[in-house]
Amino acid sequence: MVKKTLIPIGPYHPLQEEPELFKLYCEGEIVKDIKWETGYNHRGIEKLSEKKTYDQSFFLVERICGICSTSHPFAFANAVEEIGNIEITNRAKYIRSIIGELERIHSHLLWVGLAGHFLGYNTVFMWAWKYREPILDLFEMISGNRNSYAMFKVGGMRRDIENSKIPLIQEILDKFKKKNNLLVGAVMDDPVLHARTKGVGVLTKQDIIDYAAVGPTARASGIDVDVRRDDPYAAYPLVNWKVITAEAGDVFAKAEVRLLEMYESISIIEQCLEGLKKEKEGDINVKVKDIPEGWGTGRAEAPRGEVFHYVLSDGSNSPARHKIRAPSYTNIATFKKSCVGQTISDATISLAAVDPCYCCTERMAVAYDRNTGEKIMNGKDLIALSAKKTENIKNQF
Amino acid sequence: MNTEEILKNINDKFKTDVIDVFKKTETRATITIKPESLLQVAEYVFKDLDLRFIIATANHTKKGFEILYHFSKDNIGLIANLHVILPVEKPEIESLSNMFSATNWIEREMHELYGIVFLNHPEPGKLISEGNWAEGVYPYRREFK
Repeated sequence: MVKKTLIPIGPYHPLQEEPELFKLYCEGEIVKDIKWETGYNHRGIEKLSEKKTYDQSFFLVERICGICSTSHPFAFANAVEEIGNIEITNRAKYIRSIIGELERIHSHLLWVGLAGHFLGYNTVFMWAWKYREPILDLFEMISGNRNSYAMFKVGGMRRDIENSKIPLIQEILDKFKKKNNLLVGAVMDDPVLHARTKGVGVLTKQDIIDYAAVGPTARASGIDVDVRRDDPYAAYPLVNWKVITAEAGDVFAKAEVRLLEMYESISIIEQCLEGLKKEKEGDINVKVKDIPEGWGTGRAEAPRGEVFHYVLSDGSNSPARHKIRAPSYTNIATFKKSCVGQTISDATISLAAVDPCYCCTERMAVAYDRNTGEKIMNGKDLIALSAKKTENIKNQF
Repeated sequence: MNTEEILKNINDKFKTDVIDVFKKTETRATITIKPESLLQVAEYVFKDLDLRFIIATANHTKKGFEILYHFSKDNIGLIANLHVILPVEKPEIESLSNMFSATNWIEREMHELYGIVFLNHPEPGKLISEGNWAEGVYPYRREFK
């Protein structure tokens, strides 16, 4: 009789910033079964939303996920605006799509970096995260925040993108495009990455249909589904772009879909920036009096796939019921298909291939003096400060 | 196949099982059916009409426990909701998880939050409540005056 070994990953594990437990039942090196446990961080957001006004709920749903923090407000806005039959202005539509696509780029880069890290290929990790920085800077410039942008509201946006900022945004995008070309080329042509990801963690079309997986996970298995095109919202019907699909269903195909999607995202952003120039500055809101009784379903294509919000309104200023389905909810369950039969070393990248929602916002701040342009505090200063503090503590004893 | 045809097909095939068909817009519709007919209707919607399962929403209202099974027909942008109402005294319904795996987690979640029983569920273990709240406590249930 072959001895089965249980290998736990989690609930708290350096690979995962969020608590969840994978139990890998292995025979030798081969994963024979996998079980998943969650509920370590159940926050009751659906119930909380019923106690908040529609305006407050935006801030709540934005905190469901740190990485795709716009996808939830996006879907929630679509749902509430459906109930109230509210048509937002074209300028607001363009800004929504710009935020959505910038988020897709930074989320995909984050995934590419993590995937490289899981494979022990840390050069990819460092490149991807380095090139992701300018995108986060763009977010800071547009919204004042690198994460949780607080841009959405019922009937429009909280902040405009001034036309005077458009050339600078375009300039940052142009620089990013060159670096992105380098990264995509390096990943797509690397024989080591091919060897480690091709034929690994394969999901068939039938698996995708059975588990109702969405987003790049589905598209990499040849399922052509993307709610930006299928159930059009924001500025997506106003610009030209195409849905990226692949056929193989393995980890490489998922990487390929994400990398190529970034080109489409850049193209969408550029077209939206052109669109902004034609619209009147500041025209980002329509007047919303109240939300009538009824129900609405809103969808948004997050970097990981379709986000779904169902909102039931009783005519008051809070949702009577608010159901939220994040894409990872259906995507994570496909582990049963993608990991079983793999070796343990391939199981980690197969687990990571669906991009289960990770959030990492740690960073160092560098402040500049507005008048002189000089750095007030840089990395060396912080290290010196830290060393000085340690020295002081030492001297006390 | 457009929204009109999909709704007509369901209505024609399950004349005695369908209670109400509500077409809100060209891309949003709700079909209220008898709870005991869920398996047959869902099978037809999923396998024959080729709709993708999105998620299910449970809600506790004065009518009882309402469940909306949200399905999507992606090529026309349609969200079709299969709607059932279960009595408060006996909130039981057949599990769809033997037909497709996508309902496995959400049915367990609805059981833990509302106490709805999904009959013949292939894997009826706890999903989110383990260590969080006690057996038999259903935090999303409401109290009506």
